[in-house]
Amino acid sequence: MVIDKVNLLAESKITYGDGGVLAEYAWILVVLPFISALLITFTGKKLPYKGAEIALATIGSIFVYSTALLYQHITEGIVNEFFVGVGSIGSFDIEFGWVVDGLSIMMYFVVGTVALLVFIYATNYMKGEIRYTFFFTSLTLFAGSMLVLVSSPTLIQILIGWELVGVCSYLLIGHYWEIKENSSAAMKAFITNKIADIGLMIGIIILALNTGTLRISEILYQSTHDYEAIKNVAFLAGVLLFIGAMGKSAQFPLHVWLPDAMAGPTPVSALMHAATMVTAGVYLLARMFPFYEGIAHEALEIVMLFGVITLIAAGLIAIVQDDLKKVLAYSTVSQLGYMIAAIGSGAYTAALFHLWTHAFFKALLFLGAGSVIHAVHTNSMLEMGGLRKFMPRTFTTFIIGTVALAGLPPFAGFFSKDEILASLNHEGETTFLIISIIGAFVTAFYMTRAVALTFLGEYRGHGHPHESDKMMTVPLMFLSVFAIGAGWVNIPGIYTGFTTWVTTRANAIIEHHPESFDYAALFSGLAAGLIGISLGYFIYQIQASAENGDKAIKVEPIWTVLENKYYLDNFYFKYLINPTKSTISNAIDRFNTNVIDRIINSFGIVASFLGQVVYNNFDQKGIDKLLNALSTGTDNLGGKVKLLQTGKTQQYIMLFLAGVVTISLLILFII
Amino acid sequence: MELYEIVTYFVLLLLLSTALRVVTTTNVIHAAVSLVFTLALTAVLFLLLSAEFVALVLILVYIGAVIVLFLFGIMITRAPLGKNAELDNDKNKKAGAVIAFSIFLLFSYILINGFSGEIAIDQATSTQLLGEILLTRFVFPFEIVSFVLLAALIGGITLARKDEALIDEDQI
Amino acid sequence: MIVQPVLIIAAALFSLGIYGILVRRNAVMVLLSIELILNSVNINFVLFDAMLADTMMNGQIFSIFIITIAAAEVGIGLAIVLMLFRNRQTANIDEFDLMKW
Repeated sequence: MVIDKVNLLAESKITYGDGGVLAEYAWILVVLPFISALLITFTGKKLPYKGAEIALATIGSIFVYSTALLYQHITEGIVNEFFVGVGSIGSFDIEFGWVVDGLSIMMYFVVGTVALLVFIYATNYMKGEIRYTFFFTSLTLFAGSMLVLVSSPTLIQILIGWELVGVCSYLLIGHYWEIKENSSAAMKAFITNKIADIGLMIGIIILALNTGTLRISEILYQSTHDYEAIKNVAFLAGVLLFIGAMGKSAQFPLHVWLPDAMAGPTPVSALMHAATMVTAGVYLLARMFPFYEGIAHEALEIVMLFGVITLIAAGLIAIVQDDLKKVLAYSTVSQLGYMIAAIGSGAYTAALFHLWTHAFFKALLFLGAGSVIHAVHTNSMLEMGGLRKFMPRTFTTFIIGTVALAGLPPFAGFFSKDEILASLNHEGETTFLIISIIGAFVTAFYMTRAVALTFLGEYRGHGHPHESDKMMTVPLMFLSVFAIGAGWVNIPGIYTGFTTWVTTRANAIIEHHPESFDYAALFSGLAAGLIGISLGYFIYQIQASAENGDKAIKVEPIWTVLENKYYLDNFYFKYLINPTKSTISNAIDRFNTNVIDRIINSFGIVASFLGQVVYNNFDQKGIDKLLNALSTGTDNLGGKVKLLQTGKTQQYIMLFLAGVVTISLLILFII
Repeated sequence: MELYEIVTYFVLLLLLSTALRVVTTTNVIHAAVSLVFTLALTAVLFLLLSAEFVALVLILVYIGAVIVLFLFGIMITRAPLGKNAELDNDKNKKAGAVIAFSIFLLFSYILINGFSGEIAIDQATSTQLLGEILLTRFVFPFEIVSFVLLAALIGGITLARKDEALIDEDQI
Repeated sequence: MIVQPVLIIAAALFSLGIYGILVRRNAVMVLLSIELILNSVNINFVLFDAMLADTMMNGQIFSIFIITIAAAEVGIGLAIVLMLFRNRQTANIDEFDLMKW
């Protein structure tokens, strides 16, 4: 192993080690959650904490291991991947394995940290709720599935991890499935993702067929070394993979599932729909970045377009929401749009950096919202207010998260958002840049509105809110530390460690690394954030009391459109779901009942009729008659033969002599 | 033909007719008496075959004892004396005749095929020799036969005793 | 001495005895017919003895034995017929058919 000094301004490391023992045993990260999920299933109910202790132990060890991996990566650099073959289909080898390089280690660390804090939070939040043990089983399974996804060296494993997180999302969103809305929300999430997965699967198939391999490192190698076969399908494959990413990372128009997914418990929202699952799409694009950068450049244009559309559309909807979690949900969609737009503009590091910081402060915001909801037992902001007095710690951490999201220095969001804006500026995408700056303004505005409605003013509800338990506020405090400090790992011109971390990969990343701050982008972003916060504060606190603030900005037609989410759900129902339900589903149902069931029934009817026929004709008349005839015949024969026994001696002698004569004649003349 | 042969033929004819009488007459006593005549004629035949001792034994034992026993049996079992048409079992007559005739044919066929020729008898049987053989070579069957006779004696007496001499059933 | 006619007559006596067994209704008559059969066998034995000029005189000795046994058998037979008569007051063997089906 070659030990390299930490060079503060370094680009990706030229020399790196193979990770040694830590990398070799990194499969424990992936396998351990599944084993403990099994353990929790079978032994959880009998344990004192109902299985939560196994989950905490598991995620704790994952956190420790991933921190160790990160430390080794920072000091030496690790780039390695391991494969385990499980067979082959035709000429394709199906392999699973684990990757240990910059991108994966960053994801391990994010998953480990956020999951650990969310788990600790959830042990208290979900106390007394129904299916507590199963909740932790699903959470642990989800952690394992996410790790499968981010550690995959082959496209097959990405697909498997993709589907697994989809399943876990379904299980967790529909945790309170006794209420129809919740199970419908889970179904919506699953089906929307599944529709997007079609693109992913076709993309994988196209890539595999044209490169002859399923290994990502080899596909990326072929992309960057001018192989002919892959050039023809690059655009198509790139767009299809992005469609898959659209589903998971909730890009417009496939974002419709994410707000409804707030029907799940808040820890779920914090973990999956803020920090980890929804970033799977970004991860996929980041993993395939050499492919995009190398030969699928045109696909990146489409990526950027959709990212920008998403960030502004979702941001606008967030203004009109009255449900605290829905505000945060749309905020997540919007921030994902930022990440996707960053990737689309070729800024690999910026997108991942925003993923990194967003994970921390969005999880913080969600957990804070959970704490609030736990205290007032309602999601609606109209019944909250003035909670600053009752829940000081929650209030403080929520403010920290809000400011981080809005992008004010020195909080985390400032640095990551600034890098995205800088990259957009560098690429010359002025329109998109302006839209993103407006998006930053909108973000700050709706977050301030949310804070004002929830924490400021007077309490409008009917309950007795109080501060949450320590097990809920301590994770909040840890996350706020990250929300403050997570951005300091990538300051252009001073310390760009994060860039080094994530670009240390087997295939080189070609992108622009800013030498220093891009002051135009910096100031416009900062200004947008500050204006947003002040405007929001003004409208919702100073000019009028919080709940009347809406009236000031309500421009009726736009407000209605926003409230109806651009009528997108109605569109889907009217043109996609209902036609399928009424025509195709009905047709299939009728086919099933009338044709298939009739066929099966007719088999049964024919069989029973045949049975009846056989019974009557063969059995009764034939075989029974035969047997009866046999027995009757024997009886009759016996009845006739017994008449020989007359008891008269002379007749016996007669018969005896007749036999003697016959046998004598036989012996004399024949034998 | 010699006198010897004529006499033999005559004896055989008489033998046949008396035997026929035994089985066809309806009078019980006549049947028994006809059997006497049959046995006597058989003794004559034996004499012609120069088996004098056997002839004498026949007359003494057979006619003297067995027929007497028969007559006693006829009387004790109250056989209907005089002509009695019920003596024959009419149902069996046809079948019996067929069987008897077929047996006759069979036996005569076997015997005719087996034996033929003539025999010349030149001397009488020596009774002394017969006695010697009987008591030296055939002493074992001789003694056994005496046992048989003893058994028959005891058996006959036991069977024919009156019932009150036997053990009563409720004494067992 | 002629042989074959004697043999034929012996066979005839035998068959007449068979006829008598099958036809006669009285038990004593049946025993009588049995005597006829034994007698015919005796004739055969003595004839064969004369034919073979046997130095051991097997035929005649055997004939004596037959006579002895016939006597014993008649004794027992009549004793049985007597018992039957005591039981049923009849000597018709047709009436003793308890062994029928």
